[in-house]
Amino acid sequence: MSSFPAMVRFENVGMRYGRGPEVLRDISFGLEPGSFHFLTGPSGAGKTTLLRLIYLAQRPSRGLISLFGKDLSGLARRELTPLRRRIGIVFQDFRLIPHLSAFDNVALPLRVTGQPESKLRDNVRELLEWVGLADKLDSRPPTLSGGEQQRIAIARAVVGRPSLLIADEPTGNVDDAMALRLLHLFEQMNKLGTTLVIATHNAALAAQSGRALLHLENGELTPPSPPEIREVAAS
Amino acid sequence: MNKSSLVLPFDRGGAARFLPWLVALMVFLAALSLAAVMTLQHALAGWDESLAGTITVELPPIAAATAPAIPASAKVKNKIPAAAAQNDGGLSSALAVLRATKGITSAEPLSRDNVARLIAPYLGNALTPDDLDLPQLIDVRLDPAAPPDLAALKANLLSAVPGASLDDHRLWLDRLFLFARSVEITALLILALIGFVAVLTVMFVTRTGLLVHREAIELLHLMGARDRYIARQFEREALRLGIAGGLAGLALSGLTLLALGHAAAAAEFLGDAVNLVPAMHLKGWNWLALACLPLAAGLVAGLTARLTVLATLLRLP
Repeated sequence: MSSFPAMVRFENVGMRYGRGPEVLRDISFGLEPGSFHFLTGPSGAGKTTLLRLIYLAQRPSRGLISLFGKDLSGLARRELTPLRRRIGIVFQDFRLIPHLSAFDNVALPLRVTGQPESKLRDNVRELLEWVGLADKLDSRPPTLSGGEQQRIAIARAVVGRPSLLIADEPTGNVDDAMALRLLHLFEQMNKLGTTLVIATHNAALAAQSGRALLHLENGELTPPSPPEIREVAAS
Repeated sequence: MNKSSLVLPFDRGGAARFLPWLVALMVFLAALSLAAVMTLQHALAGWDESLAGTITVELPPIAAATAPAIPASAKVKNKIPAAAAQNDGGLSSALAVLRATKGITSAEPLSRDNVARLIAPYLGNALTPDDLDLPQLIDVRLDPAAPPDLAALKANLLSAVPGASLDDHRLWLDRLFLFARSVEITALLILALIGFVAVLTVMFVTRTGLLVHREAIELLHLMGARDRYIARQFEREALRLGIAGGLAGLALSGLTLLALGHAAAAAEFLGDAVNLVPAMHLKGWNWLALACLPLAAGLVAGLTARLTVLATLLRLP
């Protein structure tokens, strides 16, 4: 392994649930600060598990993970909280809180960190305007379409200006035009210095972006097969 | 857009909706137990106060036909009517001994009218003391500062009136105190049990809430919310629901206690003979103690919810 400080580093990481088989095996990679990666692979390949390990929802069964230059195995539980505040997450199932308005859902990461109401109000409004939901500030998620909910989820993930943004299928519920618009948002964030990892099975989108790929097959990182690349290029 | 609005709707978590009802029931039972303990304490103090410093001298019964008729209003002081002294069953001799003893402030024979009132609740008004072979009773008041030597007094009485006996109520009072103390301890145990059940209930309700909101809790955790921030969500709701339920329970118990108070007051028409039944007379501070129960219930609910959430969150990485 090289010794440069990475934003995310995995060394021989394995992950199993309970006594089940390993869903991730010998995963080793590093993400440089400011990099932009797509995580691709078929359903069940372990993409979501890999993302959960990165955003600290789980500890690995074996191997070493370091985030922001810190070895996680040496950190106490409460020392993970400041690291979590530097990570933005877009969940595949959005995980919006149904009884809170769009505004309150987006403001949540800022309120959790104790940011004063006067400071966060403009930030949240601006961001909701940016994702095209300026007129839905007070709407609750169950009254919004899947695409609108997804945009709220993205706005919530980026509102705290995270150093690392993890997105699990962030364009799964939007049309192509909105997918490109969201991709543009991610590009802009990346230009501002945010490191991005986006899991998608939309190989076309990944190929179109021209960004680096992390490809998972059967729980292992593998280079994407040439036919797959050709398919991607063709589409 | 209110910062204080709760992120986790704890009261929508199914079981949590029943929390105020459960707390209301527990506060109701706790208030009754506490009121019983406080009433009993008043009654014990009252009995002790009214019986301490008195003794009763009992003289063997004399034939009803020859008994002297002592009117209720008659205060026997230093002189016994001459006719009665002839055959008064030793009453005059006993009175003389008693009044000559230092430390006795008064010694009054119980009049036939008083005796009639004492036996009326049990035997009705058809029978008068004259129809029965009853012992003669002398109510003796002692000087609390310098009480007499009861053993010596008993010996003197026996030599003056063979068969006379002296009752200082101690045995009766001791047994009563023992019984009352047992009731008091039982009521306190019930109170502790209610508190324990309250804690268990809030624990289970909170756990259900945690299950219902598992995803939202994990979301907050992953956003970097500290455990105490998440715990506060549940704590505040549990506190609010606990106090609301507690107030309902207190109102219900207040009505019950007032009704019992009226019932006890209604029983007083039976007269002094039944005034051993403790009346539901609670003092100001007693009501204050009862009024604290909803707050205590809220605090128990809040603290239990907080500790339950914190313990559960420790399972997340």
